Amino acid sequence: MAHDIAPGPAPADSTPQPGPVSDRARPAGLRKRAGGGPEKGRAAKAGRIPLGRRLRRDRTLLLMTLPAVLLLVVFNYVPILGNVIAFQEYDPYVSTNGITAMANSPWVGMAQFERVFGDPDFWHAVENTFVLFFLQLVLYFPIPIALALLVNSLLRPGVRAVVQAVLYLPHFFSWVLVITVFQQILGGAGIIAQELRQHGYEGFDLMTNPEAFKFLVTFEGIWKDAGWGLIVFLAALAAVNHDLYEAAAMDGAGRWRRMWHITLPALRPVIALLLVLRVGDALTVGFEQLLLQRDAVGPGASEVLDTFVWWTGIRNQDFSYAAAAGLVKGVVGLVLVLAANKTAHLMGEQGVYRK
Amino acid sequence: MTAVIDRPAPSRGPRRPGRFAAPPRPVWEEPPSKAGSAAKGTVIVLACLAVLVPLWIIVVTSLSSKETITEAGGLVIFPKDITFVAYQELLSGGQVTRAALVSVGVTVTGTLFSMVVSVLCAYGLSRPGSVGHRLILMTLMVTMFFGAGLIPTYLLVQTLGLTDTYLALILPGAVSVFNILVLRGFFMGISSELVDSARIDGAGDWRILWQIVLPLSRAVVAVITLFYAVGYWSAWFNASIYLTDQQMMPLQNVLIQLVQKQEIPVGLNMAVRAGDLSGTAIQMAVMVLALLPVAVLSPFVQKHFKKGMLTGAVKG
Repeated sequence: MAHDIAPGPAPADSTPQPGPVSDRARPAGLRKRAGGGPEKGRAAKAGRIPLGRRLRRDRTLLLMTLPAVLLLVVFNYVPILGNVIAFQEYDPYVSTNGITAMANSPWVGMAQFERVFGDPDFWHAVENTFVLFFLQLVLYFPIPIALALLVNSLLRPGVRAVVQAVLYLPHFFSWVLVITVFQQILGGAGIIAQELRQHGYEGFDLMTNPEAFKFLVTFEGIWKDAGWGLIVFLAALAAVNHDLYEAAAMDGAGRWRRMWHITLPALRPVIALLLVLRVGDALTVGFEQLLLQRDAVGPGASEVLDTFVWWTGIRNQDFSYAAAAGLVKGVVGLVLVLAANKTAHLMGEQGVYRK
Repeated sequence: MTAVIDRPAPSRGPRRPGRFAAPPRPVWEEPPSKAGSAAKGTVIVLACLAVLVPLWIIVVTSLSSKETITEAGGLVIFPKDITFVAYQELLSGGQVTRAALVSVGVTVTGTLFSMVVSVLCAYGLSRPGSVGHRLILMTLMVTMFFGAGLIPTYLLVQTLGLTDTYLALILPGAVSVFNILVLRGFFMGISSELVDSARIDGAGDWRILWQIVLPLSRAVVAVITLFYAVGYWSAWFNASIYLTDQQMMPLQNVLIQLVQKQEIPVGLNMAVRAGDLSGTAIQMAVMVLALLPVAVLSPFVQKHFKKGMLTGAVKG
């Protein structure tokens, strides 16, 4: 094969390179078969090129991935092991550093988990988590779709770009900023309460009202991210074949019928996928957002699983207990994500990872 | 409001095609009804106003004098006499200046570091058929599904001795697997003929990355840089648990203090007491400092968002 004569990434020495070394320098069609098809390609390749040679060939590439892998191993995998303290009565003061402290802390088996499951505060956090999740699902989820349909119907490119730029903007603001903005508008000293008072009505403070808090949180989420959420839907809409609309119009379908029979079906896979992924992520409902407002409304309304772990662990220094609660959340979350992905696959979608 | 209504303008001679001109409407599409257009325009204008009005109020208030603010009873909607006192006070040294510098420093260093690590990793995984790339990919993706949890991470950072260092604000979250996957997806989409011909000409992987792949990936690199930068700029949580020294706090944490706990930094408090300055104006000015960089930068990168987000975002 002519293209195999080309020198590979290995340093060019006087000996002619054997064919397979330049294996990565193949035309796309051939390469696809080698690398793309997981099973067949890999087996065929492993049979052809010895591992040592492949390692040498790809050593630059491996070297390049090293920093990221190292960082992830240190800051993601090592802490996973650190979860063993959930089965201990971890005492940070038993020794000078965390590892020896862990080694010297007494094992208590499942005692921490029994504490967690017997703690009404924990179940309260679970309840709040699910209430907020369902509110987000019902109130937040449809908005980006509706916005995408609207923006998509804007034909003038300039107007469209401006509208998009404005709608995307809040996504890039920090939660600190978003909550501050809300406080300035809706809080007790906020502009709306001020105006009301100046006109002789009673002021109000939405930011410290536990009753309204769930809706406030959802609305903050909408303000921050609904505009950003429309990107995916816009992309799906851009991919719709316009001939379909023309054909439908020929058959006498009006604006609404075309939307119902062409546009929405085109969005269906994206909607389904995002819905499934959102469900998989159900236990995570705005950690930073809620933590920032915890002081204002109190834990009764704002405590979710993440803030519960923060409070018991970082604030009360009850490390083992918090780690146990965090582990429960992590495991249930993992099951949900995997189940969600499975569902996505069953629906014929890609999900986050491939089968 | 009529600007967003997408009906072609009534023909008054030849129209000059401009940025805001509507392209010809498809032949099969009936012109929208007046009521429909009005409703659509209203909704879109309202959505935009919901974003813009609060920002307007913040900016205007931060630029208002103490008298104007008192007169308006808190926040100013209609600007009267513009003054930069609040900014002068904030940026004349002291806690807020320091915090802003910390934020800029952490953002620039962190973004640079994250980008180098992510681009290298994404390229390393983007050459099809390279040895071990599936294993490494799995290693990365596991972390997307199972977080280690807050407490073990916190204890690790303590054990590593990163507490009260700026490294604690950068290292733990330096790598975003999602961003790597987006970059990788884009790199994989680059014409392989191009890469292969460079390889045949004797270019190694470093050279290919630097001279071929990166120049072709400006759009996605810009998007991911923005994502990382916004992440570092907006971060406050790590600082709140890993830093104990108030002098080291970044801008977002000072903002929390200022607005949520209503504590005005010591030096500024004097000016407020002396009556030269409005506390509200200071709060608003800090907010403007916190939102300015992202508000200025994101529109420039905006046109690449869709492309960047969708290339390989959900591909394994």
